[in-house]
Amino acid sequence: MQNKTFRNLFMLPYALWIIIFVIAPILLVVYFSFFDINGNFSLTNYKNFFTATYLQMTLNSFWYAFLITVISLLIAYPTAYILTRTKHKQLWLLLIIVPSWINLLLKAYAFIGIFGTHGAANRFLEWAGIGSRQLLFTDFSFVFVAVYIFIPFMILPIFNALDKLNPSLLYAASDLGASKWTTFRRVIFPLTLDGVKSGCQVVFIPALSLFMLTRLIAGNRVITLGTAIEQQFLVTQNWGMGATIAVFLIIIMVGFMALTSIRRRGV
Amino acid sequence: MKALNRLFLSILAVSIVLLIIINRLNAAQGFSGDNTLTVYNWGDYIDQDVIQQFEEETGITVIYETFDSNEAMMTKIEQGGTTYDIAVPSEYTIEKMAEEDLLYELDHDKIPNLQYIDDRFLNLPFDENNRYSIPYFWGTVGIIFNPELLPEGIEITGWHDLWDPRLENQILLVDGAREIIGMGLNTLGYSLNDTNPVHLYETLDHLEKLTPNIRAIVGDENKMLMVNNEAAVAVGWSGDAADIMGENEAMDYVVPEEGSNLWFDNFVIPKTAKNIDGAHEFINFMLDPEVSAQNTEYVSYSTPNKEALKYMPEEMVNDERFYPDAALTDKLEVYENLGKENLAFYNELFLQFKMYRK
Repeated sequence: MQNKTFRNLFMLPYALWIIIFVIAPILLVVYFSFFDINGNFSLTNYKNFFTATYLQMTLNSFWYAFLITVISLLIAYPTAYILTRTKHKQLWLLLIIVPSWINLLLKAYAFIGIFGTHGAANRFLEWAGIGSRQLLFTDFSFVFVAVYIFIPFMILPIFNALDKLNPSLLYAASDLGASKWTTFRRVIFPLTLDGVKSGCQVVFIPALSLFMLTRLIAGNRVITLGTAIEQQFLVTQNWGMGATIAVFLIIIMVGFMALTSIRRRGV
Repeated sequence: MKALNRLFLSILAVSIVLLIIINRLNAAQGFSGDNTLTVYNWGDYIDQDVIQQFEEETGITVIYETFDSNEAMMTKIEQGGTTYDIAVPSEYTIEKMAEEDLLYELDHDKIPNLQYIDDRFLNLPFDENNRYSIPYFWGTVGIIFNPELLPEGIEITGWHDLWDPRLENQILLVDGAREIIGMGLNTLGYSLNDTNPVHLYETLDHLEKLTPNIRAIVGDENKMLMVNNEAAVAVGWSGDAADIMGENEAMDYVVPEEGSNLWFDNFVIPKTAKNIDGAHEFINFMLDPEVSAQNTEYVSYSTPNKEALKYMPEEMVNDERFYPDAALTDKLEVYENLGKENLAFYNELFLQFKMYRK
């Protein structure tokens, strides 16, 4: 009996935390989305969202987040796989994680220098005989830098899933005559799917609302919903419209979470 | 369970101790006596020597804090909880702040040095009779360019030159709706305070034709990018131009002949002020011609203080790029507060412009 009261008491801080910092903000965002710029209750913001500009922007955000997630996955999976096979895997893992301790803005500024017309990347291209070209403020550099930033978050869950994999399953597969590719396709990949899914969630969701990189690296040639929210809140001070965009962002995120957490039967 | 209880209690104890320490620290930092003055200004926008002089002369300790946008500054003052005695907003923000009753009226008797300010910069529409504000620096929006990187045969004298197809992928724009829409309106011969939707849509069409020439739309990074020879041309504020020219002598700046924006940053005393007498003293001190001259040499924006010009190097005062002649000054316009709805419309158009791709 006493135990139960105590447990409830211990739950209190967490419950409060969730209510104040998770539930209340979301409710506030939804609430604000119903007010127009003059503070009157209306649906204008939702009407505005369904115009060409914002729909195009949603599509853009979705497309870039998708690209960033897929490329991160393609690089992260083999990396994580190789990591689990190395001798000092914790050390290698640490070395991959360390760059994520550095502030994102600092990294973005560093890339402005590297990708600049007279930066290191272009000097290398010239040396290699390819000749310098514009790297900064292109779609390429935007996706490249975003992938660079998100890759540690993709590697970690996949690495954990691969590391936990019972090696006897692999021996069994090869004993039963499975080729290496079949083992990967039928045994390794399905068993690490959960790691892949959480990796995709951790990358896709923040990628959807990236905003500083769109200005610093893409020079506002890529406009995402994150940029629009920033502008609505800070410049226009139209909190209603900013909140409305945020509501749609939340809907997309919830949809993506639901999609990636469906468990297939029999796996 | 016992261990858990103990852990829980010790966390509670540590939290309480931390709370007490924070309280003590807040109290120790003062914000209490008449002897401090909190100045809230743009980053790198004052000569620190001048502050020291003020402290020595008056015995008041200055706490100096900075902001990087009018909106952020205003939000912080609106929220309260701060004790800013002086803030330095731009003109359109002063109108908004006055409307929302965030400013104290100034006592002109306590600011005798006001006499040194050029009449051209007093009693302007955003603050009639200077009830709330005193101009600190002024400047223009214009074109910064690197003659060494310009394609041959191009001479830049006005906004229309930016549309030259030879400037393909060479222009950096500043990420501001008023600045860029205003540039478009001026190019077409309209006022940069125009709110007629027909004119604004025409402007958007015209701006979209500029897209092939635009390399990027950036914020304060434009200074670094220009200094690194990342682009040949940038649209920005005269103050940024002065900074860039300080780094690279070859750079040049032009106030467009079609007209442009004339902006002011101004001293105000926000309602958060605790040391109102000290704030008046500070404003008066900053208007002293010699102090103002020294400060202007450091900041390198244009000063409205006509007496200060006498103490400044001649090549600075005679530089028409920063002190344009009367004919050009007449074409410059100050931003009016267009109201929330028009401002939202400007921003919507600007967003559409940014979305437009070649």
